[in-house]
Amino acid sequence: MTGTTRINGSETPLLEASKLTKIFGTLKACDEINLTIGTGEIHSLLGENGAGKSTLVKMLFGALQPTSGDIAWKGQSVTVSNPAMGRSLGIGMVFQHFSLFDALTAAENIALSLDEKTPLDTIAARAKEIGQTYGLPVDPEALVGDLSVGERQRIEIIRCLLQNPDLIILDEPTSVLTPQEADLLFVTLERLRSEGKSILYISHRLEEVRRLCDRATVLRHGKVVGQCDPRAETTASLARMMVGSDIHIIDRHPVEASAPAQAALIEVKGLSQKPRGPFSVSLHDIHLAVRSGEILGIAGVAGNGQGELFEAISGEVLQERPDIIRIRGTDAGRIGISARRKLGAAFVPEERLGHGAVPDMSLTNNLLLSRHSTDRKVFLTGGTLKLVAEASLASAAKRIVTQMDVRKSAENPDASALSGGNLQKFLIGRELDRNPSVMIVNQPTWGVDAGAAAHIRQALVDLARSGSAVIVISQDLDELFEISDRIAAMVHGRLSESVPIEAMSRERVGLMMGGVDHSTALANAGAA
Amino acid sequence: MTMFEAILLTIATAATPLLIAALGELVVERSGVLNLGVEGMMVMGAVAGFAVAQTTGSAWLGMVAAILAGAAFSLLFGFLTLTLVTNQVATGLALTLLGLGASAMIGESFVGLPGVKMASLYIPGFSDSPYVGKFLFGQDPIFYISILLTIGVVWFLFKTRAGLTLRAVGDNHTSAHSLGVPVVRIRYLAVLFGGACAGLAGGQLSLVYVPQWVENMTAGRGWIALALVVFASWRPWRILAGAYLFGAVSIGQLHAQALGIGIPSQFMSSLPYLATIVVLVLISRNKRLTLMNTPTSLGKPFVPDR
Repeated sequence: MTGTTRINGSETPLLEASKLTKIFGTLKACDEINLTIGTGEIHSLLGENGAGKSTLVKMLFGALQPTSGDIAWKGQSVTVSNPAMGRSLGIGMVFQHFSLFDALTAAENIALSLDEKTPLDTIAARAKEIGQTYGLPVDPEALVGDLSVGERQRIEIIRCLLQNPDLIILDEPTSVLTPQEADLLFVTLERLRSEGKSILYISHRLEEVRRLCDRATVLRHGKVVGQCDPRAETTASLARMMVGSDIHIIDRHPVEASAPAQAALIEVKGLSQKPRGPFSVSLHDIHLAVRSGEILGIAGVAGNGQGELFEAISGEVLQERPDIIRIRGTDAGRIGISARRKLGAAFVPEERLGHGAVPDMSLTNNLLLSRHSTDRKVFLTGGTLKLVAEASLASAAKRIVTQMDVRKSAENPDASALSGGNLQKFLIGRELDRNPSVMIVNQPTWGVDAGAAAHIRQALVDLARSGSAVIVISQDLDELFEISDRIAAMVHGRLSESVPIEAMSRERVGLMMGGVDHSTALANAGAA
Repeated sequence: MTMFEAILLTIATAATPLLIAALGELVVERSGVLNLGVEGMMVMGAVAGFAVAQTTGSAWLGMVAAILAGAAFSLLFGFLTLTLVTNQVATGLALTLLGLGASAMIGESFVGLPGVKMASLYIPGFSDSPYVGKFLFGQDPIFYISILLTIGVVWFLFKTRAGLTLRAVGDNHTSAHSLGVPVVRIRYLAVLFGGACAGLAGGQLSLVYVPQWVENMTAGRGWIALALVVFASWRPWRILAGAYLFGAVSIGQLHAQALGIGIPSQFMSSLPYLATIVVLVLISRNKRLTLMNTPTSLGKPFVPDR
């Protein structure tokens, strides 16, 4: 490991944390962490989920108090007792789990984090202005509850920038952005750096870190395991440092030349849908078909109808005619989620807490909720009494936890006690455990670290290769290129024709996501 | 004074305590606290107001005492639920029971004594104008306070920064905390305001509506106020509408009973409750608006992780 590359030997660093330790009960989330951030540098904090990154930055920002250790800000020892104090020092934070208020508008959300003298009626205009300057367009009057994850993150970033901080902490900022949006963000960040601001950048995307960051501090199990100049490293060497071993490469052996006459396991024919709320997207004449053994990747910028498409296929929103959605040859447009599950379909929505899982319920209860009707014989006993079979639930949960390598702190914790990545592994495992013949996943690896993401992707590929049809909706193009057999793009509620992966390039999918590529009649002919 | 005007005035007097208590509870609930002790705080206000006015001879002093009594009682609720983090539902229910019992004890020696009625406004010329003169310019001060309070609460909640912060705390106290908003302090202030309003509403009952003290004289009005808040989807103007609707139907059914309409009186007496709930349910059918206005962390205890 290379030692600390001091910025300018004599200069006092902007922030210097020494021997920061945070203990939760018996868990040492952060163990004597030393971190130095210089003025005008983009410093990357690398580490897997649960490595202690979030705990560390929360202490720097004042949202958590360290058990021991010191923080020096501009050379002065400080106690950041609360986030308001962090902000007044000049530390801004963009959270991974957004600290937004659903029932308030974008402008009101922004107003809440500004100092009290700012008049409320000017905030909308300023937010719009900052949004335009930094390529983060938002509608200030929109209710946050109606916005997509990507749009919410823009509000978080704008909210932080409006405070004009010296140090900006960004937690996974690009995970919901398109490549183009991410490029714009990098321009913004580089501009901020040239203005003398410092940025603490947390990301799982090592390419980005190599491209953007001046220095990196790598955490593993709550300890600093190394510091380096990411520009001098390779993605593989960074990953190795993070994980402690080599990262698994997805094995996507090609689909065996199956009989072309094979029928599709999931079909959507002419799905059109009016918007269900003032900020939801309408769907226009969507056609898709996925055969056994195939993964269809659906690319697109957040808020182009992916969520609505997911809801239509999963049965959260019913269709006018039953034949609009066919699962394993059965018309399913008018039947609900459980009935579709019984046909062999499985669904993993984008939002983990509150949609995929009930936050305040244990893992076994969450397991029961999604599978009590499909696996009644396994999880319910007592005939018509339908008693919960705790023992078989517990063993199924254990099986899933082992299979997907879910890391948890208690025997049967509440869903909300798991980190995002581990909960996602559990939710995907919950569905895979049923051996579904049709699986649709929205944003399978959003905010999930590299090791866990590789695990999830491999599991999806293996499921497809074992004969299931899989649809993956994702904003992560790397992911789609890694696992898909065909890729289609969603834009303004329309789904493009799908293009085989061999004929696909990043430029082309970028154009399709922008709604440019109408031309080819390639794929749907093959799929129909 | 015409019959029409008389009915209008009785409706306003019946609606005012509901409006004031419900507005107070609205602010409390918007901050994410569910205080089911409205009835208890109201009845404490009523007895304190009556006792002080009877002793000093001043209805205004009585009203101040009513407000202080309601606020003091709510402070007890705040201490239990916000500082000791007890269950809000159970604590609120206990507060109501305690209030009913304590007020009966305090008020025992005041039963049957003549009360002090708060004087109504009189502006020569204006108050005598036909039909609505007395309604607009000749009512008791609490009526005007209740209307100003409605406007004030709307302005506070939707136009001021403090109101925005309060709504934010009610929507997501964890996020608010992470932004450095003093969640517990804001909730204390909201609870105190709610208590003061409930006390004022109680004072209106014993110093304006019926200037005397009767045990349990709130007669469930605190519960109606609570229901109004929910069915009005946490919006002040709807509370105003709901309170007056309730007042109108309860006065209307009295007149109808006096006219001897052949409908069982029990049904007639339940009509105000029924009508208010039906109307408010009908107007709160817009799911999105309801979701947008429902304080998401309502009733959830807040313990900052440190």
